Amino acid sequence: MTGRSPVKRGYVRPLNFRDGVVDMGHGAGGRASAQLIEELFVAAFDNPWLRQGNDGAAFSLQLKPGERMVMATDAHVVSPLFFPGGDIGSLSVHGTLNDVAMGGARPLYLSASFIIEEGFALADLKRIVESMGRASRDAGVPIITGDTKVVERGSGDGVFISTTGIGIIPNGVDTGGHRARPGDAILVSGSIGEHGVAIMSKREGLEFETEILSDSAALHGLVAQMLAVAPGLRVLRDPTRGGLATTLNEIAGQSGVGMLLDEAAILVQPQVEAACELLGLDPLYIANEGKLIAICAEEDAQPLLDCMRRNPLGEHAVRIGTVLEDAHGFVQMQTRFGGRRVVDWLSGEQLPRIC
Amino acid sequence: MKYIDEYRDGELAQRIAERIRNEVQPERQYRFMEFCGGHTHAISRYGVSDLLPANVRMIHGPGCPVCVLPIGRIDLAVKLALEDGAILCSYGDTLRVPASGGLSLLRAKAQGADIRMIYSPSDALKIAEANPEREVVFLAIGFETTTPPTALVIRDAAARGLKNFSVLCCHVLTPAAIAHILAAPEQDAAAVELDGFVGPAHVSIIIGSEPYAEFARQYRKPVVIAGFEPLDVMQAILMLVRQVNEGRAEVENEFVRAVGRNGNSAALTLMDEIFELRESFEWRGLGEVPFSALRIRAEFAAFDAEKRFDLHYRAVADNKACECGPILRGQKKPTDCRLFGSVCTPENPMGSCMVSNEGACAAHYAYGRYKDIEVVAV
Repeated sequence: MTGRSPVKRGYVRPLNFRDGVVDMGHGAGGRASAQLIEELFVAAFDNPWLRQGNDGAAFSLQLKPGERMVMATDAHVVSPLFFPGGDIGSLSVHGTLNDVAMGGARPLYLSASFIIEEGFALADLKRIVESMGRASRDAGVPIITGDTKVVERGSGDGVFISTTGIGIIPNGVDTGGHRARPGDAILVSGSIGEHGVAIMSKREGLEFETEILSDSAALHGLVAQMLAVAPGLRVLRDPTRGGLATTLNEIAGQSGVGMLLDEAAILVQPQVEAACELLGLDPLYIANEGKLIAICAEEDAQPLLDCMRRNPLGEHAVRIGTVLEDAHGFVQMQTRFGGRRVVDWLSGEQLPRIC
Repeated sequence: MKYIDEYRDGELAQRIAERIRNEVQPERQYRFMEFCGGHTHAISRYGVSDLLPANVRMIHGPGCPVCVLPIGRIDLAVKLALEDGAILCSYGDTLRVPASGGLSLLRAKAQGADIRMIYSPSDALKIAEANPEREVVFLAIGFETTTPPTALVIRDAAARGLKNFSVLCCHVLTPAAIAHILAAPEQDAAAVELDGFVGPAHVSIIIGSEPYAEFARQYRKPVVIAGFEPLDVMQAILMLVRQVNEGRAEVENEFVRAVGRNGNSAALTLMDEIFELRESFEWRGLGEVPFSALRIRAEFAAFDAEKRFDLHYRAVADNKACECGPILRGQKKPTDCRLFGSVCTPENPMGSCMVSNEGACAAHYAYGRYKDIEVVAV
């Protein structure tokens, strides 16, 4: 972000957050840009790095032996921008924090870049940016640098937010998708499908009477507790786009193993199940934004489940299956009905623009 | 979920499975066709085949509306969107059906066509009202289940005097297709012999159980109308086994909670008001089937996209290696096709059976593939 002028400026009319809109000038790098940054972004994200007003944020890190760093980035284009249980702002913080956390890392800093469409209401932008600020403070991870661009009307869809995060992976921790081994237990931190269905429920013409809230949440706290119990945890992954089924297929492919799931163990909230029935969707393929999949050695499974269940974000953690030896990498499922089937990759897209 | 879980109960399934095992005659083969894609999907998704004895084989029928839509029909829709600049609305699955020239509606969209995915025909009507300066065409597909809603929007559009809305009608009829499949063995030695039908669920809610009586009698094949839940399918299979064992060929109704003898008379009257029979219609896989589809009556010609845009249907042959035809007729299994799982996958469907998750190939690819190759026992 470009900084404030050190010279005292003349009077500038404050931004009209009631019914003003973003115009091309807000992204042109001039006074209007500086004003937007100062009155909105610096105010909402407030931290020493932003207050310095430099183009980048400088910081020093001291890594202990064996510690590694992780960096993750995520672009957010969700439509609608506001949905039950969250908005694009909080989602853009949680999404990237979770990607860092799934590396087994403790997140340190975030960056954020905004692509805003000309004519976007400043009131909505403020709501989004304040929600981001809240999410970042709650997570204890500051947004220390960023960028704002404005594109012409029709070239965007309100606002797109891209965030990047960095963090430190403790010595000895490796949670990559290649580490699942036959016999390992597959755990999930709770019920699935809420985020995708919450988005769907707000889309034009598809409103349900019962409000389904997105599960959008930052999971690094839960991950830290899990790693304290089981530092040898083999795989961590958040089942976002493509849902549980697609994520498990990714892991099976990376590790060269198969999996057998127990359909009866997989939790789906009744209202999510009902919405899926109605829309012909399968909760296994619906995005989550506050759930994680953990794959661990058999002996770690129970201690991990106990630990997860003590955290509200893992309250309903369950074991859903076991890793198998299978060169074809099939994820199979024992159906509640008594049969067996493949749980395949998602083909095509089930829902448009969900994160 | 209440009223759903009851029909997916694993314990009950085991009990019905046991009855089927006890009642099948070991020396006999039972080949039943489930006509509807909804049944195909339920069988695959819940693993129903795993509960059946080896001599009870389910053959997937052509009852997936997307799968039987011929290439030439999609081409018409693509033309409307790309060349005539219409806003083309259709159901999600239709958008991925392969058309000529490597196109599909989805790919036409990427080339700039205005294609909208809708959940209900009334959404298409709303789009037409919101865009009075544009032509809006609803590509209407499906069996008798989706026909009444199409009839309703045509009637509404007429009542509201809409000038920019029309329907490309591709609605097809179930009884005609079943009769066509049953008549096939008389003409074609390679055609599959069937021992009975699992009759349509939702279609039968509209048309009732009566229309099946004629061919049950004529071809001496038992029909059991069944719901789309896995227990419905299991129960229907048991009922079919009993009919075969007892030498009966009747129409029985397992789906009594929704299907009556005469169907939904209000829907049937409405359909009759708006549509009339086509003399012949090309089905993908089945070819030309006489009196098997509907067109919009002359009184509503203003809402008929074929008349409005002077469209002429041109048949387009499938990829030579594609076995969708024999698969839709029950003569071949998806794995008999050389393209299956190699160049033809749900991501890149060559034939229509791979497009919809109700299609025989897509269902087998997504849910049953592991059965084709050796998988480590658990």
